[in-house]
Amino acid sequence: MSTSGNQPLPGDIFEESELLTVAELSRICAVDERHIVELIEEGVISVVEIGTTEWRFSGTALRRTRLALRLERDLELNLAGVALALDLMEEVERLRRALGERM
Amino acid sequence: MEFKDYYKVMGVPRDATEAQIKQAYRKLARKYHPDVSKEKDAEARFKEVGEAYEVLKTPEKRAAYDQLGQGPSAGQDFRPPPDWGAGFEFSGAGARDSDYSEFFESLFGGRARAEAADGRGAFHGARSHDGRGEDHHAKVMLDLDATLRGGARQLSLRVPEIDAEGRLRTTERVLNVQVPKGILGGQHIRLAGQGARPQGEGTPGDLFIEVEFQPHPLYRVDGRDLYLDLPVAPWEAALGATVKTPTPTGTVDLKIPPGSHAGSKLRLKGRGIPASPPGDFYVVVQIALPPGNDDKAKAAYAAMAAALAFNPRATLGV
Repeated sequence: MSTSGNQPLPGDIFEESELLTVAELSRICAVDERHIVELIEEGVISVVEIGTTEWRFSGTALRRTRLALRLERDLELNLAGVALALDLMEEVERLRRALGERM
Repeated sequence: MEFKDYYKVMGVPRDATEAQIKQAYRKLARKYHPDVSKEKDAEARFKEVGEAYEVLKTPEKRAAYDQLGQGPSAGQDFRPPPDWGAGFEFSGAGARDSDYSEFFESLFGGRARAEAADGRGAFHGARSHDGRGEDHHAKVMLDLDATLRGGARQLSLRVPEIDAEGRLRTTERVLNVQVPKGILGGQHIRLAGQGARPQGEGTPGDLFIEVEFQPHPLYRVDGRDLYLDLPVAPWEAALGATVKTPTPTGTVDLKIPPGSHAGSKLRLKGRGIPASPPGDFYVVVQIALPPGNDDKAKAAYAAMAAALAFNPRATLGV
Protein backbone atom coordinates (compact mmCIF):
# COMPACT_ATOMS: atom_id res chain seq x y z
CA MET A 1 0.00 0.00 0.00
CA SER A 2 1.35 3.38 -0.91
CA THR A 3 0.09 6.66 0.35
CA SER A 4 0.47 10.12 -1.05
CA GLY A 5 1.75 12.87 1.22
CA ASN A 6 -0.34 15.02 3.49
CA GLN A 7 -0.88 17.67 0.88
CA PRO A 8 -3.92 16.70 -1.19
CA LEU A 9 -3.18 16.26 -4.89
CA PRO A 10 -4.89 18.97 -6.88
CA GLY A 11 -7.30 17.45 -9.41
CA ASP A 12 -9.03 19.23 -12.25
CA ILE A 13 -12.31 18.31 -13.93
CA PHE A 14 -11.23 16.75 -17.16
CA GLU A 15 -14.53 17.43 -18.94
CA GLU A 16 -14.04 21.17 -18.46
CA SER A 17 -10.71 21.23 -20.23
CA GLU A 18 -10.19 22.15 -23.85
CA LEU A 19 -11.48 19.98 -26.70
CA LEU A 20 -9.72 16.69 -27.44
CA THR A 21 -8.10 15.56 -30.67
CA VAL A 22 -8.39 12.02 -32.02
CA ALA A 23 -4.76 11.44 -30.98
CA GLU A 24 -5.42 12.53 -27.40
CA LEU A 25 -8.57 10.46 -27.02
CA SER A 26 -6.75 7.48 -28.49
CA ARG A 27 -3.85 7.85 -26.05
CA ILE A 28 -6.05 8.31 -22.95
CA CYS A 29 -8.13 5.26 -23.86
CA ALA A 30 -5.05 3.28 -24.94
CA VAL A 31 -6.60 2.34 -28.26
CA ASP A 32 -5.53 2.77 -31.85
CA GLU A 33 -6.52 6.02 -33.60
CA ARG A 34 -8.12 4.02 -36.40
CA HIS A 35 -10.44 2.47 -33.88
CA ILE A 36 -11.54 5.90 -32.65
CA VAL A 37 -12.34 6.77 -36.26
CA GLU A 38 -14.44 3.60 -36.52
CA LEU A 39 -16.35 4.60 -33.40
CA ILE A 40 -17.09 7.98 -34.99
CA GLU A 41 -18.17 6.42 -38.27
CA GLU A 42 -20.54 4.07 -36.45
CA GLY A 43 -22.00 7.01 -34.54
CA VAL A 44 -20.89 5.63 -31.16
CA ILE A 45 -19.16 8.88 -30.27
CA SER A 46 -19.76 12.24 -31.84
CA VAL A 47 -17.51 15.01 -32.92
CA VAL A 48 -17.88 18.66 -31.98
CA GLU A 49 -17.95 20.75 -35.14
CA ILE A 50 -15.74 23.75 -34.83
CA GLY A 51 -15.21 24.50 -38.50
CA THR A 52 -11.72 23.10 -38.80
CA THR A 53 -10.54 20.13 -40.77
CA GLU A 54 -9.51 18.22 -37.65
CA TRP A 55 -11.96 16.26 -35.56
CA ARG A 56 -12.45 17.41 -31.97
CA PHE A 57 -14.33 15.92 -29.03
CA SER A 58 -15.73 17.33 -25.87
CA GLY A 59 -14.48 15.77 -22.65
CA THR A 60 -17.71 13.82 -22.22
CA ALA A 61 -16.57 11.60 -25.11
CA LEU A 62 -14.07 9.96 -22.71
CA ARG A 63 -16.67 8.13 -20.63
CA ARG A 64 -18.64 7.07 -23.68
CA THR A 65 -15.56 5.86 -25.51
CA ARG A 66 -14.29 3.84 -22.55
CA LEU A 67 -17.71 2.36 -21.98
CA ALA A 68 -17.94 1.45 -25.67
CA LEU A 69 -14.53 -0.21 -25.61
CA ARG A 70 -15.44 -2.26 -22.52
CA LEU A 71 -18.69 -3.47 -24.04
CA GLU A 72 -16.98 -4.31 -27.31
CA ARG A 73 -14.23 -6.30 -25.60
CA ASP A 74 -16.15 -7.99 -22.78
CA LEU A 75 -19.35 -8.84 -24.63
CA GLU A 76 -17.72 -9.36 -28.01
CA LEU A 77 -20.17 -6.93 -29.61
CA ASN A 78 -19.72 -5.38 -33.00
CA LEU A 79 -19.81 -1.59 -33.27
CA ALA A 80 -23.45 -1.42 -34.35
CA GLY A 81 -24.31 -3.49 -31.28
CA VAL A 82 -22.23 -1.21 -29.07
CA ALA A 83 -23.98 1.87 -30.46
CA LEU A 84 -27.38 0.32 -29.83
CA ALA A 85 -26.43 -0.81 -26.31
CA LEU A 86 -25.18 2.66 -25.41
CA ASP A 87 -28.35 4.33 -26.65
CA LEU A 88 -30.53 1.88 -24.74
CA MET A 89 -28.43 2.28 -21.59
CA GLU A 90 -28.92 6.04 -21.79
CA GLU A 91 -32.64 5.56 -22.19
CA VAL A 92 -32.77 3.24 -19.17
CA GLU A 93 -30.83 5.78 -17.13
CA ARG A 94 -33.22 8.54 -18.17
CA LEU A 95 -36.26 6.42 -17.26
CA ARG A 96 -34.76 5.46 -13.90
CA ARG A 97 -34.25 9.11 -13.09
CA ALA A 98 -37.80 9.96 -14.11
CA LEU A 99 -39.03 7.12 -11.93
CA GLY A 100 -36.90 8.32 -9.00
CA GLU A 101 -38.50 11.72 -9.24
CA ARG A 102 -41.93 10.32 -8.68
CA MET A 103 -41.06 7.81 -5.96
CA MET B 1 -5.94 -21.85 -1.80
CA GLU B 2 -9.46 -22.45 -2.99
CA PHE B 3 -10.02 -24.70 -5.99
CA LYS B 4 -12.16 -23.07 -8.67
CA ASP B 5 -14.62 -25.21 -10.57
CA TYR B 6 -14.69 -23.30 -13.83
CA TYR B 7 -17.34 -25.58 -15.31
CA LYS B 8 -19.64 -24.86 -12.41
CA VAL B 9 -18.98 -21.11 -12.70
CA MET B 10 -19.99 -21.25 -16.37
CA GLY B 11 -22.86 -23.64 -15.71
CA VAL B 12 -21.72 -26.09 -18.40
CA PRO B 13 -20.99 -29.85 -18.23
CA ARG B 14 -17.37 -30.99 -18.24
CA ASP B 15 -17.75 -32.29 -21.78
CA ALA B 16 -19.21 -29.04 -23.12
CA THR B 17 -18.21 -28.10 -26.64
CA GLU B 18 -16.38 -24.90 -27.46
CA ALA B 19 -19.61 -23.51 -28.90
CA GLN B 20 -21.52 -24.28 -25.69
CA ILE B 21 -18.84 -22.61 -23.61
CA LYS B 22 -18.90 -19.53 -25.79
CA GLN B 23 -22.68 -19.34 -25.58
CA ALA B 24 -22.63 -19.70 -21.81
CA TYR B 25 -19.98 -17.01 -21.54
CA ARG B 26 -21.87 -14.52 -23.68
CA LYS B 27 -25.04 -15.03 -21.71
CA LEU B 28 -23.33 -14.66 -18.33
CA ALA B 29 -21.18 -11.75 -19.49
CA ARG B 30 -24.26 -9.82 -20.55
CA LYS B 31 -25.99 -10.66 -17.29
CA TYR B 32 -23.14 -9.61 -15.02
CA HIS B 33 -21.31 -6.92 -16.98
CA PRO B 34 -20.71 -4.18 -14.40
CA ASP B 35 -21.69 -1.44 -16.85
CA VAL B 36 -25.02 -3.06 -17.58
CA SER B 37 -25.98 -5.26 -14.66
CA LYS B 38 -27.93 -4.23 -11.62
CA GLU B 39 -27.31 -7.61 -9.97
CA LYS B 40 -25.65 -7.64 -6.59
CA ASP B 41 -21.96 -8.60 -6.78
CA ALA B 42 -22.10 -8.14 -10.56
CA GLU B 43 -18.47 -7.14 -10.73
CA ALA B 44 -17.20 -10.10 -8.73
CA ARG B 45 -19.34 -12.52 -10.72
CA PHE B 46 -18.22 -10.97 -14.00
CA LYS B 47 -14.56 -11.43 -13.07
CA GLU B 48 -15.19 -15.02 -12.07
CA VAL B 49 -16.94 -15.75 -15.36
CA GLY B 50 -14.20 -13.99 -17.35
CA GLU B 51 -11.54 -16.06 -15.60
CA ALA B 52 -13.41 -19.32 -16.21
CA TYR B 53 -13.85 -18.44 -19.88
CA GLU B 54 -10.21 -17.50 -20.22
CA VAL B 55 -9.28 -21.05 -19.22
CA LEU B 56 -12.05 -23.03 -20.89
CA LYS B 57 -11.92 -21.28 -24.26
CA THR B 58 -8.20 -21.98 -24.74
CA PRO B 59 -7.70 -25.66 -25.65
CA GLU B 60 -4.26 -25.96 -23.97
CA LYS B 61 -5.38 -24.31 -20.77
CA ARG B 62 -8.57 -26.30 -20.67
CA ALA B 63 -6.70 -29.57 -21.20
CA ALA B 64 -4.23 -28.70 -18.45
CA TYR B 65 -7.05 -27.67 -16.14
CA ASP B 66 -8.95 -30.89 -16.85
CA GLN B 67 -5.93 -32.89 -15.67
CA LEU B 68 -6.50 -31.54 -12.19
CA GLY B 69 -9.74 -33.49 -12.08
CA GLN B 70 -12.60 -32.26 -9.98
CA GLY B 71 -10.30 -30.81 -7.36
CA PRO B 72 -10.52 -31.45 -3.63
CA SER B 73 -13.94 -31.37 -2.04
CA ALA B 74 -15.29 -27.96 -1.21
CA GLY B 75 -13.45 -26.03 1.46
CA GLN B 76 -10.33 -28.18 1.24
CA ASP B 77 -6.99 -26.68 0.47
CA PHE B 78 -5.72 -26.97 -3.08
CA ARG B 79 -2.10 -27.13 -4.23
CA PRO B 80 -1.11 -27.54 -7.87
CA PRO B 81 0.69 -30.87 -8.44
CA PRO B 82 4.49 -30.57 -8.79
CA ASP B 83 4.41 -31.58 -12.45
CA TRP B 84 1.67 -29.07 -13.17
CA GLY B 85 1.63 -27.68 -16.66
CA ALA B 86 4.44 -29.90 -17.94
CA GLY B 87 4.08 -30.42 -21.64
CA PHE B 88 1.70 -27.53 -22.11
CA GLU B 89 2.60 -24.27 -23.64
CA PHE B 90 0.34 -21.40 -22.76
CA SER B 91 0.26 -18.41 -24.97
CA GLY B 92 -1.79 -15.35 -25.64
CA ALA B 93 -3.20 -14.68 -22.23
CA GLY B 94 -5.43 -12.03 -23.73
CA ALA B 95 -4.84 -10.14 -20.56
CA ARG B 96 -7.58 -7.84 -19.40
CA ASP B 97 -7.11 -5.27 -16.75
CA SER B 98 -9.13 -7.34 -14.33
CA ASP B 99 -7.29 -9.35 -11.76
CA TYR B 100 -7.52 -13.10 -11.60
CA SER B 101 -7.88 -15.30 -8.56
CA GLU B 102 -4.93 -16.74 -6.68
CA PHE B 103 -5.96 -20.11 -8.10
CA PHE B 104 -5.69 -18.87 -11.69
CA GLU B 105 -2.42 -17.07 -11.02
CA SER B 106 -0.85 -20.17 -9.50
CA LEU B 107 -1.74 -22.20 -12.58
CA PHE B 108 -1.34 -19.80 -15.46
CA GLY B 109 -0.13 -16.60 -13.86
CA GLY B 110 3.61 -16.19 -14.29
CA ARG B 111 4.08 -17.22 -17.87
CA ALA B 112 0.89 -15.79 -19.21
CA ARG B 113 1.47 -12.43 -17.65
CA ALA B 114 5.06 -12.15 -18.75
CA GLU B 115 3.91 -12.68 -22.32
CA ALA B 116 1.16 -10.17 -21.99
CA ALA B 117 3.58 -7.60 -20.65
CA ASP B 118 5.92 -8.12 -23.56
CA GLY B 119 3.12 -8.27 -26.05
CA ARG B 120 1.36 -5.52 -27.82
CA GLY B 121 0.37 -3.76 -24.66
CA ALA B 122 -2.94 -5.32 -23.85
CA PHE B 123 -2.21 -4.32 -20.32
CA HIS B 124 -1.88 -0.77 -18.99
CA GLY B 125 1.59 0.45 -18.37
CA ALA B 126 3.25 -1.92 -20.76
CA ARG B 127 3.28 0.50 -23.63
CA SER B 128 4.57 4.00 -23.70
CA HIS B 129 3.96 6.61 -26.34
CA ASP B 130 6.76 8.96 -27.27
CA GLY B 131 8.44 8.71 -23.88
CA ARG B 132 5.25 9.33 -21.95
CA GLY B 133 3.82 6.79 -19.51
CA GLU B 134 0.35 5.40 -20.05
CA ASP B 135 -2.69 7.06 -18.59
CA HIS B 136 -4.45 5.11 -15.87
CA HIS B 137 -8.14 4.94 -15.11
CA ALA B 138 -10.09 4.35 -11.93
CA LYS B 139 -13.60 4.85 -10.62
CA VAL B 140 -14.67 6.02 -7.18
CA MET B 141 -17.86 6.53 -5.22
CA LEU B 142 -17.89 9.96 -3.60
CA ASP B 143 -20.21 11.48 -1.06
CA LEU B 144 -22.29 14.29 -2.52
CA ASP B 145 -20.73 16.75 -0.09
CA ALA B 146 -17.41 16.35 -1.90
CA THR B 147 -18.77 18.13 -4.98
CA LEU B 148 -21.06 20.51 -3.08
CA ARG B 149 -18.25 21.89 -0.98
CA GLY B 150 -15.09 20.53 -2.60
CA GLY B 151 -12.37 19.29 -0.33
CA ALA B 152 -9.79 16.62 0.28
CA ARG B 153 -10.79 12.96 0.23
CA GLN B 154 -8.78 9.80 0.76
CA LEU B 155 -9.42 7.71 -2.33
CA SER B 156 -8.53 4.05 -2.22
CA LEU B 157 -7.71 2.67 -5.66
CA ARG B 158 -6.82 -0.84 -6.73
CA VAL B 159 -3.89 -0.69 -9.09
CA PRO B 160 -2.78 -3.62 -11.25
CA GLU B 161 1.00 -3.83 -11.47
CA ILE B 162 3.37 -6.27 -13.08
CA ASP B 163 6.02 -7.41 -10.65
CA ALA B 164 9.60 -8.50 -11.35
CA GLU B 165 8.48 -12.05 -12.16
CA GLY B 166 6.00 -10.79 -14.69
CA ARG B 167 2.99 -11.55 -12.53
CA LEU B 168 0.04 -9.26 -12.27
CA ARG B 169 -0.62 -8.08 -8.75
CA THR B 170 -3.23 -5.74 -7.46
CA THR B 171 -1.97 -3.29 -4.92
CA GLU B 172 -3.95 -0.77 -2.98
CA ARG B 173 -3.01 2.82 -3.54
CA VAL B 174 -4.41 5.49 -1.29
CA LEU B 175 -4.38 8.99 -2.68
CA ASN B 176 -5.26 12.15 -0.87
CA VAL B 177 -7.08 14.10 -3.54
CA GLN B 178 -8.50 17.60 -3.61
CA VAL B 179 -11.92 16.97 -5.16
CA PRO B 180 -12.80 19.82 -7.48
CA LYS B 181 -15.97 21.56 -6.35
CA GLY B 182 -18.82 21.16 -8.80
CA ILE B 183 -17.73 17.89 -10.42
CA LEU B 184 -20.67 15.89 -11.79
CA GLY B 185 -21.35 12.17 -11.81
CA GLY B 186 -19.73 10.56 -14.85
CA GLN B 187 -17.04 13.23 -15.05
CA HIS B 188 -13.37 12.55 -14.39
CA ILE B 189 -10.90 14.03 -11.95
CA ARG B 190 -7.61 14.27 -13.79
CA LEU B 191 -4.46 13.94 -11.70
CA ALA B 192 -1.55 15.00 -13.84
CA GLY B 193 1.49 12.75 -13.60
CA GLN B 194 -0.18 10.08 -11.43
CA GLY B 195 -0.45 7.50 -14.22
CA ALA B 196 2.16 4.96 -15.25
CA ARG B 197 5.84 5.79 -15.38
CA PRO B 198 7.34 5.29 -18.83
CA GLN B 199 9.75 2.41 -19.29
CA GLY B 200 12.61 4.69 -20.21
CA GLU B 201 13.05 8.42 -19.87
CA GLY B 202 10.04 10.66 -20.00
CA THR B 203 7.06 11.96 -18.11
CA PRO B 204 4.51 9.79 -16.32
CA GLY B 205 0.96 9.55 -17.66
CA ASP B 206 -2.13 10.96 -16.00
CA LEU B 207 -4.64 9.28 -13.73
CA PHE B 208 -8.32 9.68 -14.66
CA ILE B 209 -10.78 9.00 -11.86
CA GLU B 210 -14.40 8.64 -12.90
CA VAL B 211 -16.75 9.95 -10.25
CA GLU B 212 -20.03 8.49 -9.09
CA PHE B 213 -22.06 9.60 -6.09
CA GLN B 214 -23.27 7.55 -3.17
CA PRO B 215 -26.99 7.96 -2.59
CA HIS B 216 -27.67 10.97 -0.38
CA PRO B 217 -30.21 10.67 2.46
CA LEU B 218 -32.09 13.79 1.32
CA TYR B 219 -31.21 14.76 -2.21
CA ARG B 220 -31.48 12.99 -5.55
CA VAL B 221 -29.02 13.91 -8.24
CA ASP B 222 -29.92 14.42 -11.89
CA GLY B 223 -26.90 15.72 -13.77
CA ARG B 224 -26.19 19.07 -12.15
CA ASP B 225 -29.64 19.42 -10.56
CA LEU B 226 -30.69 18.24 -7.11
CA TYR B 227 -34.16 17.15 -6.01
CA LEU B 228 -35.65 17.16 -2.52
CA ASP B 229 -39.02 15.69 -1.54
CA LEU B 230 -40.54 18.15 0.91
CA PRO B 231 -43.48 16.98 3.04
CA VAL B 232 -46.03 19.75 3.70
CA ALA B 233 -49.32 19.74 5.62
CA PRO B 234 -52.55 19.96 3.58
CA TRP B 235 -53.28 23.47 4.86
CA GLU B 236 -49.74 24.62 4.01
CA ALA B 237 -50.24 23.41 0.45
CA ALA B 238 -53.76 24.87 0.16
CA LEU B 239 -53.22 28.21 1.86
CA GLY B 240 -49.54 28.73 1.16
CA ALA B 241 -46.91 28.92 3.85
CA THR B 242 -43.30 29.63 4.56
CA VAL B 243 -41.54 26.49 5.70
CA LYS B 244 -38.00 25.54 6.75
CA THR B 245 -36.28 23.61 3.97
CA PRO B 246 -32.82 22.01 3.96
CA THR B 247 -30.62 22.90 0.99
CA PRO B 248 -26.94 22.12 0.31
CA THR B 249 -26.04 25.66 1.35
CA GLY B 250 -28.05 25.58 4.58
CA THR B 251 -31.63 25.78 5.76
CA VAL B 252 -33.79 28.32 3.95
CA ASP B 253 -37.29 29.69 4.49
CA LEU B 254 -39.17 28.47 1.44
CA LYS B 255 -42.43 30.01 0.32
CA ILE B 256 -45.00 27.40 -0.66
CA PRO B 257 -47.48 29.12 -2.97
CA PRO B 258 -51.20 28.72 -2.18
CA GLY B 259 -52.85 25.94 -4.21
CA SER B 260 -49.77 23.70 -4.34
CA HIS B 261 -50.44 20.02 -4.84
CA ALA B 262 -48.52 16.79 -4.52
CA GLY B 263 -45.78 16.76 -7.15
CA SER B 264 -45.62 20.57 -7.50
CA LYS B 265 -42.02 21.54 -8.26
CA LEU B 266 -40.43 24.64 -6.83
CA ARG B 267 -37.11 25.70 -8.28
CA LEU B 268 -34.31 27.38 -6.41
CA LYS B 269 -32.13 28.59 -9.23
CA GLY B 270 -28.43 27.96 -8.99
CA ARG B 271 -28.62 26.00 -5.73
CA GLY B 272 -27.82 22.62 -7.24
CA ILE B 273 -24.32 21.28 -7.81
CA PRO B 274 -21.97 24.28 -8.04
CA ALA B 275 -20.70 23.39 -11.50
CA SER B 276 -20.30 25.96 -14.24
CA PRO B 277 -23.06 26.74 -14.95
CA PRO B 278 -24.44 25.70 -11.55
CA GLY B 279 -27.37 23.33 -11.38
CA ASP B 280 -30.76 24.10 -9.83
CA PHE B 281 -32.34 22.82 -6.66
CA TYR B 282 -35.85 21.44 -7.05
CA VAL B 283 -38.26 20.99 -4.18
CA VAL B 284 -40.98 18.47 -4.93
CA VAL B 285 -44.06 18.98 -2.75
CA GLN B 286 -45.40 15.91 -0.94
CA ILE B 287 -48.64 16.18 1.00
CA ALA B 288 -48.38 14.63 4.46
CA LEU B 289 -51.72 13.85 6.09
CA PRO B 290 -52.04 14.31 9.82
CA PRO B 291 -53.30 11.09 11.45
CA GLY B 292 -57.01 11.10 12.28
CA ASN B 293 -56.73 8.89 15.31
CA ASP B 294 -57.85 11.07 18.23
CA ASP B 295 -61.11 12.90 18.91
CA LYS B 296 -59.75 16.32 18.10
CA ALA B 297 -58.36 15.24 14.75
CA LYS B 298 -61.51 13.30 13.90
CA ALA B 299 -63.61 16.39 14.64
CA ALA B 300 -61.37 18.53 12.43
CA TYR B 301 -61.63 16.10 9.51
CA ALA B 302 -65.41 15.83 9.98
CA ALA B 303 -65.72 19.63 9.98
CA MET B 304 -63.75 19.77 6.73
CA ALA B 305 -65.92 17.10 5.17
CA ALA B 306 -69.04 19.03 6.14
CA ALA B 307 -67.72 22.39 4.99
CA LEU B 308 -66.22 21.40 1.62
CA ALA B 309 -68.02 19.99 -1.37
CA PHE B 310 -64.97 18.08 -2.52
CA ASN B 311 -64.97 15.04 -4.76
CA PRO B 312 -61.37 13.81 -5.18
CA ARG B 313 -62.59 11.31 -7.82
CA ALA B 314 -64.35 13.82 -10.05
CA THR B 315 -61.94 13.12 -12.93
CA LEU B 316 -62.84 9.42 -12.78
CA GLY B 317 -66.46 10.22 -13.63
CA VAL B 318 -67.82 8.82 -10.38
